Amino acid sequence: MNRPAIFSRSSLSRRHLLAGTAFGAAALAAPAILRAQPAPVKIGLLHPVTGFLAFSGQQCREGALLAIEAINAAGGIKSLGGAKLEPVLGDAQSKPEVGAAEVEKMNEAGVAAIVGAYASAISLATTQSAARYGIPHIVDVGVSDQIVQRGLTNTFRFCPGYGVIAKIAIDNLVALNDAAGKPARTVAIVHEESLFGTGTAQLLQKELPARGFEVVEVAKHANPTRDFTNVVLKLKALAPDIVIPANYYNEYVLLARTMRQQGVRPKAIYSVLGGAASSFKFVKEFPDDAAYIMDCNHWYDPRKAEALELRRKAEAKGLYYTYEVFLAHEAVRLLADALERAGSASRERIVEALATSSWDGHFMPYGPTRFVNGQNEGARPVNTQVLNGTIEVIFPAEFASARPVFPMPRA
Amino acid sequence: MRSLPAIGFFALAALPLPWLTSSGTVLNLATMVLLFATLGQAWNLLGGMAGQFSFGHAAFFGTGAYATAIAQIRFGLDAWSGFALAILAAVAMGALVGFASFRFRLRGSYFALVTLAFAEVARILANSLEITGAGVGLLLPLAPGLDRLQFADKAGYYWFALVLCTGGLVLASLVRESRLGARLAAVRENEEAARALGVDAFAVKMQAILLSAGLAGAVGAFYTQLFLYLDPHIAFGPQVSVEALLGPIVGGTASLWGPVLGAAVLQLLGEASRALTGGATGANLVAYGIVLVLIVRFFPDGIIGMGRARAADARGVTG
Amino acid sequence: MLEPSILAASLIHGLANGAVYALVALGLSLVYGVLHIINFAHGALLMAALYAVYFLVERVGLDPYAAIPILVPAAGVVGYLLHRYVVAKASRGREEAVLLVTLGVALVLENLALALFRSDTRTIETGWAFEMVAVGPALLPAAKLAAAAGALVAVLALWAVVRATDLGRAIRAVAKEREAARLVGIDVDHVFALAFAIGTATLGAAACLLLPTYYVSPQVGHGFVLIAFTIVVLGGMGSFWGAFWGGLLIGVVESLGGLFLGESLGQIGIFAIFIATLLLRPTGLFGRAV
Repeated sequence: MNRPAIFSRSSLSRRHLLAGTAFGAAALAAPAILRAQPAPVKIGLLHPVTGFLAFSGQQCREGALLAIEAINAAGGIKSLGGAKLEPVLGDAQSKPEVGAAEVEKMNEAGVAAIVGAYASAISLATTQSAARYGIPHIVDVGVSDQIVQRGLTNTFRFCPGYGVIAKIAIDNLVALNDAAGKPARTVAIVHEESLFGTGTAQLLQKELPARGFEVVEVAKHANPTRDFTNVVLKLKALAPDIVIPANYYNEYVLLARTMRQQGVRPKAIYSVLGGAASSFKFVKEFPDDAAYIMDCNHWYDPRKAEALELRRKAEAKGLYYTYEVFLAHEAVRLLADALERAGSASRERIVEALATSSWDGHFMPYGPTRFVNGQNEGARPVNTQVLNGTIEVIFPAEFASARPVFPMPRA
Repeated sequence: MRSLPAIGFFALAALPLPWLTSSGTVLNLATMVLLFATLGQAWNLLGGMAGQFSFGHAAFFGTGAYATAIAQIRFGLDAWSGFALAILAAVAMGALVGFASFRFRLRGSYFALVTLAFAEVARILANSLEITGAGVGLLLPLAPGLDRLQFADKAGYYWFALVLCTGGLVLASLVRESRLGARLAAVRENEEAARALGVDAFAVKMQAILLSAGLAGAVGAFYTQLFLYLDPHIAFGPQVSVEALLGPIVGGTASLWGPVLGAAVLQLLGEASRALTGGATGANLVAYGIVLVLIVRFFPDGIIGMGRARAADARGVTG
Repeated sequence: MLEPSILAASLIHGLANGAVYALVALGLSLVYGVLHIINFAHGALLMAALYAVYFLVERVGLDPYAAIPILVPAAGVVGYLLHRYVVAKASRGREEAVLLVTLGVALVLENLALALFRSDTRTIETGWAFEMVAVGPALLPAAKLAAAAGALVAVLALWAVVRATDLGRAIRAVAKEREAARLVGIDVDHVFALAFAIGTATLGAAACLLLPTYYVSPQVGHGFVLIAFTIVVLGGMGSFWGAFWGGLLIGVVESLGGLFLGESLGQIGIFAIFIATLLLRPTGLFGRAV
């Protein structure tokens, strides 16, 4: 009876000893860790997550949060001793004045920078408010070029504006048409009535005639438009070779479906910033409507593993991998890179670091960042086409994953 | 001018806020309260005092907002002239809407719906016309300076809003204590009886809508100066009309201070519901909606009314 | 470029759309005619009904049309409770209070949908979305024709209820002479809530007929509220046949406006007619009240 007792006692004491050492070590180490753990860097994520832009706003927020999660998991900002990023969430409620009010709150919450605000109208208000406090503001999506033309030194846009997008869209359209032996000559533009659709359509309308295309129809429509039959009937009568939609998701889907219902089949549906044309949701839910649709839009470089990894992560969270997700994600990483190089969470230092940024760690096809007046000069859109139930890149040639199918086959 | 001391006290008490707080959030919130208080005061001149329920104050707000933006961008005028033009343009819009609807004796929900329709027509036109920038909207260049009515710091805008709100209060109290106020009250309570007593109901209602539209136009112009960007939805969207009437009804339509109190309560409610519900998407607006219903349930005459007795009292003053 | 065939096709499409609009506006017309209130929650209630259809189709596997007998009574019950215990309780019958309460209800419903279902646009796949029927020079989706037919049936049903039943008589009595109805022993509050319930129930039917050709998102009701108000006024508040003809008229005006002025500016036609009707003939162009 003794032996087991002694044995057990000794084993107990042994365990105690071990536990004691571990505890002791932890106790000794704890203050050191506490001391080494630097204050987190607060990042304002400001998006319209309620109201009529809620879908896009939520997608942006999720993308940005995924980036923060990944950066923190990888050890935070190294030059700040592994400081973690701490998101400060804001809801612009799809209204510019609420967005501006959120900036005030973020300023007082002590954010080092703001990433937002999806819509151009809201971004104009938030960048202006943030400028008052010198808060660096990365615009994640807003495509209006006015955002970066107001002389605000705190404002940076990573993605292209509609000026560049319209230009490249036309260049690629010409290349596409030339390569196929110029089968297309007439174009109809169908665009939504707000800033991005109207602005894009105006640029296209001005530029296309100079490049040998005749614009036979420009149809502007409201959001929401309940029925597209009229537009489609006109398209049927005019029979343009190419239809260019520039609108939001819901209207895009209705338009594409109505075209199919009415048997309108142009040589190409070539969207510029098409709300659904390069959306996995559209391709999955309406594969027949989506087939062969081309889009000139924000798109990642499919050669980059991180881009595909993010798609997997987003889909694991039940999200569609839309442009909002990866643009907001990369906007946060751009900021993290600036923090890394600034070695400081001070707003001026971050602005400086962004202005002189030459970051090439991203997965967008932009090359190293180079900001001129806040606009990333290398930013450009990509042309995609829905082929065999998935979205393939058809331009630029250096990372195209498929050859364009143009004109699209008669069903 | 029985209300003048109270208004003076209000303005003086509100004056030093920018020196008392360094918080941009507080100052911004206060500015927005003053903005919506003035818009509510404008609505109340017509909706509360004259009993003509408008659902379309966006028509006046938006006209003012666009007028000053167009004056500055298209015609190179300074912001002060733009501001004056904004008020004139909004008054003209008020004359159009008022003449059409009062001439044909529209009342109650019919009047409400016709104003809503006018605002929608304005929105659709702004979306298509060249001069309003169509869907692209209008962006004023960012250039602080007194001649451009742009301020480098929040305090400037706060005082600007305070001047506007005080002006609205003075206007409303002048109307209340004038013969016009008495006639408006008579028309509100019983238009037939008022007519029988020799009140020209059409003229009285026209005066109310002109004043109301002018003040709403001034608020619209202020919005333009503050945010520098307009599009048809921001200026003429139905949400503007709703915000214009929400404050006075919540605060109390019978009182001079109802719109101010209503605007303050609603803005604070918006803030509180956001703070309490945290980041959950939409939860803040669910809470806002519930509290709105509860306010209507428990303060039938607006918060300032608190009970029929005081509301009747206030009516007695104006009537 | 405007060939007669386009014009004719556009007219026919306008009529079909108009019938769907009428279906959405019917309930609003009843509520307006009886209760004399502007119900701002109408669009949000339509949205809620659309979500209900969506889940019945996607999760239970029902056909959207088979969901009608479930959704109509369910929506009716919701409408009854909503009026009796929220709208009536909070507003005590005052017009401006009803406005605020229904506005609050709309805010709550929309943002609850946002919180629960996220903001994704949802559509159902029916298998017959591309079944087209030639009507004269126009090609109409079969689902849209079904919705138009459903609108006609709904009008007839409502008309029969209001004309030929005791409930209908009570509703008419209350609509005309509230106090007198009370004096002869009609439970006015109950009848009000029933009218609201019937109004909401028609939205249940509308949702089942609408979803196959449309979509649902938390904001979807906004697109129908103003147009429904317009139809109610054109038709004469409280008149079902008025709402039906008003809907057709609006459908045609929208279609032709879109054809001649474009889909953005063309919307102005709807409001121009709306304003003209309000000014010149505020009792509506068609029919008479219940």
